[in-house]
Amino acid sequence: MTSTTKSPKAAKRYTKSEGFRKDHKINWWLTAVVAVFSLTILIPLYFTIVTALKTPAEAGTFSLPTTWEWHNFADAWNYINYPKAALNSAIITVVAVCLTLLTNTFVAYAVARNMDKRFFRFLYYFFLAMMFVPFTVIMLPIAHQMGSLHLDNQLGLMLLYTILGLGTNLFIAIGFIRSIPVSLEEAARVDGASTWRIFWTIIFPLMGPINSTIAILTVLWAWNDFLLPLITLTDQGNQTIPLAQYVFQSQFTSNYPMAFASYLMAMAPVLIVYVFAQKWVISGVMRGAVK
Amino acid sequence: MAKATKKKVSRYSTRKVDPAFYWMTVPAAILVAIFLYWPFLQGAFYSLTNSQGYGTWDFIGLKNFIAMFSDSRVGNAYIFTIVMAVVITIGQNFLGLFLAVLLNSKIAFKNGFRAIFFVPYTLAVLVIGYVFKYIFMVPIPEIGQALGIDWLSTSLLTNPDLAWFPIAFLSIWQGVAYSTLLYLAGLQTIDTEVYEAADIDGVNAWQKFWQITFPLIGPFFTINMVLSLKNALSMFDQVIALTGGGPDSKTETVSYLIFQNGLGNGEYAYQMANAVTFFIVLAILAFIQLKFFSGKEQI
Repeated sequence: MTSTTKSPKAAKRYTKSEGFRKDHKINWWLTAVVAVFSLTILIPLYFTIVTALKTPAEAGTFSLPTTWEWHNFADAWNYINYPKAALNSAIITVVAVCLTLLTNTFVAYAVARNMDKRFFRFLYYFFLAMMFVPFTVIMLPIAHQMGSLHLDNQLGLMLLYTILGLGTNLFIAIGFIRSIPVSLEEAARVDGASTWRIFWTIIFPLMGPINSTIAILTVLWAWNDFLLPLITLTDQGNQTIPLAQYVFQSQFTSNYPMAFASYLMAMAPVLIVYVFAQKWVISGVMRGAVK
Repeated sequence: MAKATKKKVSRYSTRKVDPAFYWMTVPAAILVAIFLYWPFLQGAFYSLTNSQGYGTWDFIGLKNFIAMFSDSRVGNAYIFTIVMAVVITIGQNFLGLFLAVLLNSKIAFKNGFRAIFFVPYTLAVLVIGYVFKYIFMVPIPEIGQALGIDWLSTSLLTNPDLAWFPIAFLSIWQGVAYSTLLYLAGLQTIDTEVYEAADIDGVNAWQKFWQITFPLIGPFFTINMVLSLKNALSMFDQVIALTGGGPDSKTETVSYLIFQNGLGNGEYAYQMANAVTFFIVLAILAFIQLKFFSGKEQI
């Protein structure tokens, strides 16, 4: 098990950047190369913004708009009923994240602490096997089953995110839980605390960094996902943001600036959070990779 | 913990488990069985019938599977999916590793650039896909015309021979963010002293990368390959956003075909046979991948 705790790595990074300040200069040539590559990200984003502010006749070039058509946003807002779709996406994402954090963590805890028992080792593989089966394979029967269980709505979608994420979340959390010394729990057990109490008062708070990793990954997944809402949300009134974009695209108008305004509004919530919490998001995702 | 279990005669201990641990896991296991394993078995069963997804059905044995093998549309989807997966996996890992090495070198505004390169990961593939659809439809052909490049002066999306390119481009554009981050995480686990020792021995940059860096980030290479291949094989959003499977069904992936014909066109049982076949193909690919990488690192 290569469970690295956070502190030695942080220390290593610190000495590294210190060493780098001491005996090396910044390589401006490499910086220029990186800057050129970053244009592949920035140009499409720039294009999205300027197109959203143009008149339909002007759209299609990389130039700045001659007149700034802010009303495109208001038009798109009304046309796709943005507040409704955004609220729907937000509720589904928030509930899915809370359910995931409140349930997947204790499953991981129970499995991690009992890996020496045959039954729990079996469960470990039972849960993890899901990670390797692409959703495509069960897409059709799931769509039918959700319909017949009357879960072809937001509630069903939240449940699916919680259940389908379990494999990955266990994979991320188990190594971390096993690096928490058992002695902490034993002390509490001697004092008469139950396993559930030990979990909620000692283990869950200690899982903070892993919980934020799970939360970030679940938010990005649930907010941006298209396939699951597409097959589970049968009622048009339940549309999430990506689904609303899909429907908007199919009843197509040639008003590209308005379409781009709606794309921009679809990306905006996550992008805005990302701009302010970029370090936290990146370190969270990285933690999931290193474990 | 692993050591303690090895000492015992049996791999498993005989200590008593607190019932609370069963309450923590068994309900979850039941839900997973209901929402994942049961649908899978159900689907596998229906692949042997002529069900349309509703109404009555008959048992028809392996006819769906036999019909699939002479269905050129299905064959095309498999070839397209696998070729695209290989192109995307290679492109994504090559670029991801390249960018990670650059971002880990002595450049200015390191954190700012790192933040920019991760932006695509935070965007919905479908939505940014619509943006790229328009970019490939209007501004790029105009640039092609201005430069007098023939193949670029009409939209790539409607060109049967080149429609794969925007799809691969979008997948790589979006997927490279995560690969870069994984490789960057790997590079940061390497102790800089290794390089200082190499500097003293007069090792050049190229050797440094292939002899030191690459072997040390082996595990990250493995996990990156596995994840990017898995994602590329189940590609769906990109096709919906850019081409809708066209022109001439040339860009249909297996996922797209299963969705399109399985839910929309009443081929429920037939597309379920397709899904089961896809599962077997993926299992074989996973097995090969595991064999190929198992010598290097266990995840």
